[in-house]
Amino acid sequence: MAPPCRSLLALAALLLLSLSLAAAAFQSDELLLNDDDEFEGVGARPSVPSPPAAPAISSSRRRSADAPLPGAGESNAVQFTLEHDLGDGKGFVPAGTFSARLKTFAHGTQTLTKLRFTRNDLNEDDKVAFKKLLQEDGFYTIRLPSNVLDTTKKHNVASSIKARCIPRDSLDEHIVIHMDGVNILAVNYGSVGGCQYPRPMKLPSKWTFSSYTILKTAEQAPRTPSFADQLIEADNGLGEVMKPPEKSFWAKYWMYIIPLGLIVMNAVTAAANIPEEAAGQGQPGAQRAPAAAAGRRR
Amino acid sequence: MAAPARRSLLVLLAGLLVFASLATLATAIYEDQVGLADWHQKYIGKVKQAVYHSQKSGRRRVVVLTEENVISSLDLRSGDIFWRHVIDKNDPLDQLSLSHGKYVLTLSSGGTILRAWNLPDGQMIWETNLRTSAASNPQLHVMSNNKVAKDNLVLVSAGRWIYAVSSIDGAISWEKEFSIDGLEIKGILQSPENDVVYALGLAGSSKLALYHLSAKTGEILKDIQESLPGGLCGETVLGSDNVLVALDKARSSLLLIEFKAERISYNKVHVSDLVQDLSGSFKLQSLSNGIISLQTSSSISLLKLKGTVGLEVIQKFDQPAAVSDSLSITEKDEAFAVVQHLGSEIEFIVKFTSDLSSENIREKVNIDQNRGNVEKVFLNSYIRTDKSHGFRALVVMEDHSLLLIQQGEVVWSREDGLASIVDVTTSELPVEKDGVSVADVEHNLFEWLKGHMLKLKGTLMLANADEVAAIQALRLKSSEKNKMTRDHNGFRKLLVVLTKAGKVMALHTGDGRVIWSNLLSSLRASRFGGMPSALRIYQWQVPHHSVMRENPSVLVVGKSGAESSTPGVFSILDSYSGEELNSMKLDHSVVQIIPLTLKDSSEQRLHLIVDSNSNAHLYPKSPDALNVFLHEMSNLYFYSVDIQANVIKGYSLQKSCGLNLGDEYCFSTKELWSIIFPSDSERIAISETRKMNEVVHTQAKIIGDHDVMYKYLSKNLVFVATLSPKAAGDIGSALPEEASVVAYLIDAVTGRILHRVTHHGAQGPVHAVLSENWVVYHYFNLRAHRFEMAVIEIYDQSRADNKDVMKLILGKHNLSAPITSYARPEVAVKSQSFFFTHSVKAMAVTQTAKGITSKQLLIGTIGDQVLALDKRYLDPRRSVNPTQQEKEEGIIPLTDSLPIIPQSFVTHSHQVEALRGIVSIPAKLESTTLVFTYGVDLFYTQLAPSRTYDSLTDEFSYALLLITIAVLVGAIIATWIWSEKKELRDKWR
Repeated sequence: MAPPCRSLLALAALLLLSLSLAAAAFQSDELLLNDDDEFEGVGARPSVPSPPAAPAISSSRRRSADAPLPGAGESNAVQFTLEHDLGDGKGFVPAGTFSARLKTFAHGTQTLTKLRFTRNDLNEDDKVAFKKLLQEDGFYTIRLPSNVLDTTKKHNVASSIKARCIPRDSLDEHIVIHMDGVNILAVNYGSVGGCQYPRPMKLPSKWTFSSYTILKTAEQAPRTPSFADQLIEADNGLGEVMKPPEKSFWAKYWMYIIPLGLIVMNAVTAAANIPEEAAGQGQPGAQRAPAAAAGRRR
Repeated sequence: MAAPARRSLLVLLAGLLVFASLATLATAIYEDQVGLADWHQKYIGKVKQAVYHSQKSGRRRVVVLTEENVISSLDLRSGDIFWRHVIDKNDPLDQLSLSHGKYVLTLSSGGTILRAWNLPDGQMIWETNLRTSAASNPQLHVMSNNKVAKDNLVLVSAGRWIYAVSSIDGAISWEKEFSIDGLEIKGILQSPENDVVYALGLAGSSKLALYHLSAKTGEILKDIQESLPGGLCGETVLGSDNVLVALDKARSSLLLIEFKAERISYNKVHVSDLVQDLSGSFKLQSLSNGIISLQTSSSISLLKLKGTVGLEVIQKFDQPAAVSDSLSITEKDEAFAVVQHLGSEIEFIVKFTSDLSSENIREKVNIDQNRGNVEKVFLNSYIRTDKSHGFRALVVMEDHSLLLIQQGEVVWSREDGLASIVDVTTSELPVEKDGVSVADVEHNLFEWLKGHMLKLKGTLMLANADEVAAIQALRLKSSEKNKMTRDHNGFRKLLVVLTKAGKVMALHTGDGRVIWSNLLSSLRASRFGGMPSALRIYQWQVPHHSVMRENPSVLVVGKSGAESSTPGVFSILDSYSGEELNSMKLDHSVVQIIPLTLKDSSEQRLHLIVDSNSNAHLYPKSPDALNVFLHEMSNLYFYSVDIQANVIKGYSLQKSCGLNLGDEYCFSTKELWSIIFPSDSERIAISETRKMNEVVHTQAKIIGDHDVMYKYLSKNLVFVATLSPKAAGDIGSALPEEASVVAYLIDAVTGRILHRVTHHGAQGPVHAVLSENWVVYHYFNLRAHRFEMAVIEIYDQSRADNKDVMKLILGKHNLSAPITSYARPEVAVKSQSFFFTHSVKAMAVTQTAKGITSKQLLIGTIGDQVLALDKRYLDPRRSVNPTQQEKEEGIIPLTDSLPIIPQSFVTHSHQVEALRGIVSIPAKLESTTLVFTYGVDLFYTQLAPSRTYDSLTDEFSYALLLITIAVLVGAIIATWIWSEKKELRDKWR
């Protein structure tokens, strides 16, 4: 970018800084969290209706991403190209462009935000090559430069997928870019949904890509809990004794209720049987008599 | 009546409780169990220097320095180790000497550390740090009969420096730094009067400098410098006390440099005049005053100085041979030994320098062919019973073994090649044949009966001390453990180890004895340079069904040179006999060896060898194997980790090889994915995968609240840890702000990064172990100043909805659906880190036959011991206050550090010096795993991580069981009679 523009931006940033110092200091802290999975899923071209889920997510995320923007950093637009290899012997050819804002923080680290992706149209040759790839069950490979600022180094990160995984209605792709500052560590290319095995041959109805892209940075490991923390925690926790969660009435007393129920049922059936017994008397009574007699004899 | 009964019941219950609580504690073995299932062997490595105790001290001992950085005192009569010190690899030992007859002096770390050890017991007496320039070849010279000072001075020269150190207390008496740049002291000599020290140095390739120094003060008395035309190649030796013999740069002539005179003068002798064979490297060795040996790749010549003008050949040995240093016998006579090969024998020749034409001793010694050539000889003399001089020699062989030769016999031998094990695999023993009766196993019936009587006495506690000892001895050598057949529990196996020298040895797990050994000819040093190196050993054929009668075999892969592009070497050995079945020199290099899970019809395992041109070669080269392979080829992927380039790449295989289309066993590769780590912020430290033979018993984990979590069990999971460049150095070299460790979990088929986490303020070295769905790694936390162990468990979320019973009944679950790596995995990750007290040398995890038994981590600690740490301590779900449900599940409350329970050291009292690797081998018995640990020492034991729940222990008292049954039967009969009587009485009442 032109130097005057940058200096202007810096000035603006400075102004803002002086206006709200506390807020600026706070924002830089928050940014890292937001950048974690910056999501700017955009359809391939304006003419293609983008899938219904993507805009909703992107708009919701965009707000959170936009919020800290007028903060401490200065931003620059960067562009880098995605190249693909259709396995037709031509090697890697440009297939799309990523554009993003590059943000530089006060402490010198740089990150990308507001990533947008535009796919180039597939021409007839490409379609033929892609069809051949589908028939052969070959690999569709893409690659990105390993450094978004310095694309002259010719180091590329690549990713492949079996071409048969991609077609649904249109060609659905899902790109995860793992970033470390301005370096692209790796790109993971895949289909949007699953990819069943064995892979059936299927041609897309529309020869357009609908792309979803995600930027990912490293998670930070939580600090190892140390004993001091635990002691503090224990101190705080002294007042309130951990109460076991209240169980429902049934959970508490089922072991009493079930036998009780059984006894009651027994009693009821017994009660029902008494009249019958009374009606069909004789035999039971006769049986009882010898036993009593034996008892008496002893 | 009721009260006493209840009391006894209570006592019984209490007893049971006590017993139960004891049983849970007793994870360690008892004192008398030591050595029953475990063995420990001590080694020292390949000897590179040896000094004998002087005759006067009367003790027959030798002190040796080895390539494994060990200094040790050996008993000359038996080869046993008296004492031993394993010095850290960062402090390589260079020189060894004796002083005063009671100190051993060692010079290490390029001449910067001088230590004195007490000769009888190996205690360190003193240590002196010397400041020298980066030196390549430090020298140690002990001044003899010094009448100048009371104590003997030790001269240390390294680079431009000379130090004189008192051998009594290590105090530096004087030091001298010479002013010439790039000077390296090549030799130190004493004048006969012991007051002048001559130091001879070489600066660059052509400048020669001689200094006369005062032995008392180090003052330079005289300083002569001379430039030599043509230059020297650095190979120099003191031919006599005034002639230096040096090889010139063109390696065509020897320079005889006379330096004692007023000025330095030299004469040239063409090597071609002395020896015909000029190829390969030359090695010069000084034997005694005026005699040197010239070693070429094919022969050894003894040369005698003719004054200062020329050299003459006295004798030439065309067979592979070695020459010892000279040994002074009398005031003016010296002796040296030559050992040369004659067919299957070696010839031991001792000569006196006073009479070179005759030989004092010429003895033939029979030697095992599998020991290779003689590499070094150390001569020692003794007084025979008839008062004449006798000679013996320590001989170092090509397989790193050490032999003592005396009176034409090998007195003892040490298999010190086992100190440098490169790789380990196992083999089953043959199945026991029918018709082997008891008598064959036990010597005779009487012995057998006596043994059993003794054992019975022991169990009934009637045995006295002697008998107890006899029982122990019987147990130890009980043939049950050491039989050469397969056992029911799978405890008896062969450990097939590959050593650095290219020797394959099979050790019996019962007592660690060597069953067979084979020095592979393809891995022996060739005559024309090129040091082959052994790489890996794999199981090649494990017969199961169709080829049950064949013996199993192992595959050894090596390289024929140091560079990565040198062709590979391939050798197949029979596991039962050690016989070499097949040996091949490959026409391509070996960069990566991939054992496949596929087998051909003769149950040979398929192996892919990737060469430096990224072509994959299939072995065995049979049409059958090719058919099996081609069928599965589209589903085969592999990856490579390039630590130099900081890149991980994934490949698939393609039909034909680019180079030669005729070779149908060669496949080209296509790069599918790549991960490039930015070199300025991350360097690859370690990559780890699951063991190929690992068995996982359950796919799911049921947690306390009856919920199910599905483990992400991909065989393609790779753990990679990277370090920030500054964090790769020693601890303390980087600030917490600039050091970090990043842990990655990567799917090796698609290159998908499943998880990535940064530990700020963390530093290497990183050690990791990956098993099932978890990885445990170890690093240093700079902020907390402690070592840490972190665990990551990875769970499959895509199958989480399989919990629905209705779906299961209706068959709508996806448990049996094929899983492809191309589907985007939905994984959930749980992680936690804990402090750990020790630094770690190696890490492994226990493997059992079915994977049911809970796992233990085997941690090789810095103290060279192996600690078994229950995986339950490394559970990311541990919390400070676990709920009742979690407690029932067995979750231990969270503590900040991992406990180290002294009983859980599996090596108990032993140390596996310089521990390098831990291997866990499943036994057939599910509860038990066999653990083999190697370093300079070897240690083997059996381990039961959840105790032996599936078998009775050896300690189980069968006698008690029998007695209990007998008593019970008796009681039943008695009570029956009693009740009968009572009933009768009742009836008569």
